[in-house]
Amino acid sequence: MLTFTIRRLILSIPTLLFISLIIFLLLELAPGDPMAQVPLTVPPEVKEKMRQALGLGEPMHIRYWKWLVQFFWIEPQVLFDHYFGTAFSEGKLRVISWQHRSPVMDVVVERLPQTLWVVGLSYIVGILIALPIGIYSAYKQYSIFDQAGTFITMIGYSIPPFFTGPLIIVLFSVQLGWFPFIYDTTHEVTDWDSFVYQLRQMIMPVMVLAMQTTAQISRYMRASMLDNLNQDYVRTARAKGLSEKVVVLVHVLRNSMIPVVTVIALGLPAIFGGAIITEQVFSVNGIGGQLIGAIQANDLPTVQTLTFMFAILIVFFNLIADVLYGILDPRIRYD
Amino acid sequence: MTDMSNTEPTAPPHSQWYDVWHQFKAHKGAMLGAIVFIVIILGVFIGPWLWPFDASYIDIRSRNQGPSWSHPFGTDQLGRDTLARMMAGGQTSIAVGLTAMMLALGLGSLVGISAGYFKRLDGPLMRLTDLFLALPVLPLLLVMMMLFREPLSSAVGPERGIFILIVVAIGITSWMPTARIVRGDVLALKEREFVLAARSIGTSNKNMITRHILPNVLSPIMVSATLGIANAIITESALSFLGLGFPPDFPTWGRLLNDATQYLQEYPERVFWPGLAISLTVLSVNYLGDGLRDALDPRIRGR
Repeated sequence: MLTFTIRRLILSIPTLLFISLIIFLLLELAPGDPMAQVPLTVPPEVKEKMRQALGLGEPMHIRYWKWLVQFFWIEPQVLFDHYFGTAFSEGKLRVISWQHRSPVMDVVVERLPQTLWVVGLSYIVGILIALPIGIYSAYKQYSIFDQAGTFITMIGYSIPPFFTGPLIIVLFSVQLGWFPFIYDTTHEVTDWDSFVYQLRQMIMPVMVLAMQTTAQISRYMRASMLDNLNQDYVRTARAKGLSEKVVVLVHVLRNSMIPVVTVIALGLPAIFGGAIITEQVFSVNGIGGQLIGAIQANDLPTVQTLTFMFAILIVFFNLIADVLYGILDPRIRYD
Repeated sequence: MTDMSNTEPTAPPHSQWYDVWHQFKAHKGAMLGAIVFIVIILGVFIGPWLWPFDASYIDIRSRNQGPSWSHPFGTDQLGRDTLARMMAGGQTSIAVGLTAMMLALGLGSLVGISAGYFKRLDGPLMRLTDLFLALPVLPLLLVMMMLFREPLSSAVGPERGIFILIVVAIGITSWMPTARIVRGDVLALKEREFVLAARSIGTSNKNMITRHILPNVLSPIMVSATLGIANAIITESALSFLGLGFPPDFPTWGRLLNDATQYLQEYPERVFWPGLAISLTVLSVNYLGDGLRDALDPRIRGR
């Protein structure tokens, strides 16, 4: 198992390099000029100097290499310095955003907590709702609960978050006035009241994202439970005289969870992608919002870094899913 | 020698597609989905011929109206009829969905069949598929929209340029599942006796693929076609919703939804129609795909 994990880890390096090359080349074709905003009165030689200062004058492969070094070597050093007070990154050039004129990673670190809170919480809530629904509708296949559950998950699967978002804003904010309309990212939790406020403003975005998760995972859970419920070992367990609760919740559930766990791991990056839209709907100031803002402002270093971070997430969770599958299912042997 | 002249079957044999249709009919959700999808397509493409208002006709005196007999869905901030705009938007959204699906399907089938049939191509093509699966799709789509909208718009006109861009972008980022499924099926088919028989009489690779392999992988391709339409419509709407799709005056369902969210506080009901249209289309297509999967699977058929 360990050798497999190491092999997968090593294999993911060329994948990531290839993806970073694709992203870099795509942005290289960008027709937008960061100097477009500079007034015409600025003389051309000054403009050329400014271009150099942004690191634009050099040939393509050198810039690609520089970006790789900045991302994989200098940024981790900055992180290390931050935690241990060392000075490895002193005076080294970091990935600078054209929009904010400050390192991209600083902005990311500022914004990541909002995204993580909303995305993480919604994923947990979604899973917690999805698993019981999936288990029960498989156990009572074709019952009214199952029919209704399948229909509702199908609806949740089909309705995009940019429709459910405005819809529940209309319902809960405009009509009922229960929850705040716009997510206030500057809000700090200091006492009980502010905590309640934080909870209230998080409910709607979390609900919208959790709906997608619930729909997907409960479908997988149901299918996986149905596969297992007709197996011979279930009949054996019942014949031994085990209670129905033990049969379903211990024997069947444990075996059914194997594919579901991998689906949960694989779905996490997609949720980050979905968060881009949800953050836009609720004006959450997270990294999805940062990406959209950077795209609109033609801020290529930020776009490059963020897109690549999404790619890292996907590759990483694919790896986790593969390894988990091997650990959980003794029939799978990679070596 | 026995007499072969009167061994005609008593009942006419029915084809495979008759069985498929029979099974499909039994799936109520799928039938309903098919009907709803056809109604939406007909309404969107034939409706504008019957409806008196034009999607771009501005009547500033009747702006921001609620539902009435002359404007069943109301009017927007410039007095344009919402029903007419919904129909015009639906044409674009569904056209994008169908074209992008066909592109993804074509690419996916090509890659899948080549990888499954030619052993030498299998490794490289499947690594390529894995790489594409690891790409962050939505951020990349956004980046592609940002980079290529200006050059393409100036080359072939704003609407057609964005149409081509969106279709190509969605197509090349969503062919991977089809390719994987098709490859698996081709690999299994290659070991079957009829392929061996066909090879023994000297069938060329080209004929083998077009006559024997392709018809037999049609069912997984059809199922991924339905899922592809749903995926493409949602992606296009998401791009338009984020303001990176079609130009502002050009209605699509996602664009209308985006416009409506700006008036969310004053006219919350406006969000409803485009959202409902997107959701209903996607839901009906998903049910259609569910039914097709059941109908085309010979193990389930006949139960």
